[in-house]
This record gives sequence, C-alpha cells and structure tokens, in this order.
Amino acid sequence: MESPLLQIDRLSKSYPSRRGTIQAIDDVTFHVGRGEFVSVVGPSGCGKTTLLMGIAGLRSLTGGDVRLHGQTIVEPPEGMAVVFQDYSRSLFPWLTVASNVGLPLRGRGMPRAKITETIERSLHAVGLHGVAELHPWQLSGGMQQRVAIARGLAQNPEILLMDEPFASVDAQTRANLEDLLLDVWSDYGMTVLFVTHDIDEAVYLADRVVVLTASPARVDQIIGVDLPRPRHQLATKARPEFARLRARVFELVMGSAR
Amino acid sequence: MSAAPVGVARGWLSGLGRGARETLSYVWLLGVLLLFWQWRATASPSPFVPPVSDALQTLRSEWFSGSASQLFLSEIFRDNAFASLARATQGWLVAAMVGVSLGVVLGVWRAAWEFANPVVRFGMSVPSTVLLPIAVVLFGITSSMNVFLIAFGSMWVVLVNTMDGVRNIDETAMLTARSLRLSRFRAFSRVLVPAASPHIVTGLRVSIGIALILMVVSELFAATEGIGYYIVYNQRTFQYRKVWGAVFLLAFLGVALNGLFALFETWTLRWHRARGRGE
Repeated sequence: MESPLLQIDRLSKSYPSRRGTIQAIDDVTFHVGRGEFVSVVGPSGCGKTTLLMGIAGLRSLTGGDVRLHGQTIVEPPEGMAVVFQDYSRSLFPWLTVASNVGLPLRGRGMPRAKITETIERSLHAVGLHGVAELHPWQLSGGMQQRVAIARGLAQNPEILLMDEPFASVDAQTRANLEDLLLDVWSDYGMTVLFVTHDIDEAVYLADRVVVLTASPARVDQIIGVDLPRPRHQLATKARPEFARLRARVFELVMGSAR
Repeated sequence: MSAAPVGVARGWLSGLGRGARETLSYVWLLGVLLLFWQWRATASPSPFVPPVSDALQTLRSEWFSGSASQLFLSEIFRDNAFASLARATQGWLVAAMVGVSLGVVLGVWRAAWEFANPVVRFGMSVPSTVLLPIAVVLFGITSSMNVFLIAFGSMWVVLVNTMDGVRNIDETAMLTARSLRLSRFRAFSRVLVPAASPHIVTGLRVSIGIALILMVVSELFAATEGIGYYIVYNQRTFQYRKVWGAVFLLAFLGVALNGLFALFETWTLRWHRARGRGE
C-alpha cells in the first residue's frame, strides 16, 4: 500500500507553566492522502492553530512526528504552503500584490518571465484582475485573503495548509471563498488540510473531517464525508446527508466542549 | 469698527494659496521673534549681537556671493561648508550602516543582546563630545577624527531603534517569512528591515540632529576648515556678524537636511501611513 502524502503520528505538544506542564496537544494521529481535502474541527481554544503550525514545521513539537512523503518535517518543507488566518499580518503591506505573490519565487534561479507568468496565473486562479500593482491594504478583506491564497498557489504546493482562513470575512464573502477554494483545489490537483472552527464549513468542503476534543486536543473521531462533488452552497447543504453529518460533528464538538 | 480691517486681512489671507497660508500660520512666531530681535538690536546696538538684517546680510556676502555658475556658493562656502557636510554625511552614513546592521543582529539574536546590553547602555550614556580629546589623540586634527566622532555619537540611537523595531515585528509576519522558505538575505531585506523600518527611520531622523551637533562641536575644537572652525576663527577675531551669519547658515542647513529626510521618510513609509488610514 502506498504511504499517504502527509502522515501525522502521535503528535504532542506541552508547555511549561507556573502550575506545571500544560498539555496542548496529546497523541494526535491521522493522515492526509494525495489529492484529499481534510478538515480539522474542534472546540475553540483546543489548540487547532498550534497543531497546524506544528505540522507546518513552524512550531516545535514535544512528541511524535509529521512526515511529508515519509520525510520528517523539521522546517517548512518544499511542496507545502501555508495560508494564515490573519491576512492583514501575513501579507506584507510594503509590497505590492504582485510582489507579495512573487516573493517565494524570487532568488531561486527561476527565470523572470516564468515568475511573472506564475504571478499572473495565480492571481487569475483566485479571480483577481487588475490589482497586481496595488498594495494589500487597498483591497477588501476577502480580496486580501485571495491574494494570500494566490501566494500559496504560486509556490505550486502539493499540500496547502490553511488555518481558519475565512474566519474574519463576512458570511457572503466566506461562501464565495469556500467555492473558490474548491475550484482551485480541483484545478491545481492539490491536497488541502483545512483547520476551522466552523462545522458547516468543515463538512461542506472536506472529504474527511477530523474532529478534535477540547484541550488537550486529541482525535475524537474521523468522519468520512461522502457528499457528491462538485459541491454547491444551496444544493449540497439542502441534502439530508449534509444535515446528518453536520449534526454528528456538532454533537461531537459540543459534547467534548462541555 | 474693527470688523473691516480684519475682514480685509482675512480676504487677503484667503487670497493666498492654501499652502502659503499654512506656511504663514507655521512660521509667524519665528517671524515675530526675529522682528523683536531686529528692533532691540537696532535700538541698543551691541558689538556681540548685531541686528538680524546684518547677520543675514553677512550670511549672504560670506557664503552665497558666488557666481551663478557656482550656484551662488562662495569660496568660503566651498571651502568650509562642503568640508563640514562631507564629514557629517560620511559619519552619518557609517552610523546608519553600522547601527542598522548591529541593531538587526541584536534584535533577532537574544543571546547577543544580553551579552551586548551593558556595552550599548554604556556607549549610549557617554556624552560623545567628551570623547573629543581622545579622538584627537587617536586621529590627530584630521577629518577622520570628526567623522569618527560623528559616526560614534549618532550610531547608538539608530542601533537601539532598529533593535526595538526588529523585536516588535509581528509574529505572524515572521512565521510567514519562514513558511515561504525565504533565503536569509531575502528575509532580511524584504521582511525584517521593511517591517522594522518605521522604528529605523525614527532612529535615523534623530541621528541626523546628533550628527550635525557633533559636526560643529568637533570643528569648534579641532579642525582647520569647516563651519565650526569658521565660527571659532571669527569669534577670536571679534567678527561677531560673521559668527551670527554662520549660526544662521547652520540653522538653514539643519532645516534643509530635515526637509530632505522628511521626503525620504514619506516615500519609504507610505505603506505605513496609508495602512494607518485604511484600517
């Protein structure tokens, strides 16, 4: 059997504190297959972001390991891109939109023409036109997060990690961005690991939903989502299976929060 | 009764452009003070404090009486002001480069900071002018001595501000830089320095003032040309108009340099201001 693209194995993370050691993440194990869309949900404050940063190689872990292609991740590896929750801080305001998207490409011996082309293609993929020379702060929140996604795409990643990327935009923009994400996911043939606290969003987007328990975060259950694709904001959410899956995840999340 | 002249004055003021009115409202106090000085110095003449008009006239004839092809700069200007400005510029550039580089290193590298902290505090606390006698011993009465003193004295504020700026960079920005796998050089030049630039620029602005002070002071005591030297020379020969003329020259140079720097600041930090407005 082929090993999965991303293997998260017995991950744990604890912090020293004045009242002894705080266990943030405890023995989390799951995998993400090539081309899969996996959501991670859990009660707020359960350590989802810490988990994602650990998987990305941006935070140290106290136990277990994360492997991409069987290689243990220590530092952010090639083939993995991250979209952060707070676009206003992860996009660099001193750079234009095009320079933000092109930043990870430069200084690596890629020809200039190829860089320009990749920037254009990435912005096109997220539906942004005529904003390349603007600065991020001249755009709306939803458009800024599109730029952040474009920067992820520009790196041509095998796997895109997303940390509550749509948490700070309004509901309508959020629905648009969800559908946009599903489009680029299938266009680019990527794998996505998507952390959210929104249960509807987790179910709507994913092939599988990893439900975490309240702090310390453990894997409560992994739920397969067999809703047909392409998904549709109204049609998919009107299906009885959607309601059932949603209720199930809801129960698990609320149950462990209590 | 008094409404009419006020109205006329208002009408006249609004007839000026907006920029002119702003300038006027900005400098009127300076104008009043200079007029007062003029009046006092004319009413009771003193050899030490000539009227402003005399000082300004001397400033013109001494420093700005060159031909048009020389941009009206006199030989005295070319001999002395150029020498002074060259020292200030060299010293300030060294201070800026060393201050920013060391500041970034100490901002990023905690252990280095703890190690260097006492040295930085000590260096900052020593009044740079006090090092003048030592600098003279080390370098002799040379331009290198002035440059050294200017560089040394104006470096600290750049260093400390840069360090603060780097320390206060948002964590998400640093995580982003790491996740993009930027090379060390690109992380430095595209993320670290721009993110800290509001602080760095503040340090640089303050350091210009310090550099100018050290330029003059070091020339007052040890130089064979320069504006400071010119002032001391004329003071010793009791030519107080020339002394005052040079004082005004220094004020104008200071204003001009600060203006130039303000332009640079507006240009480099336009994202910072614009974002402040946008959010």
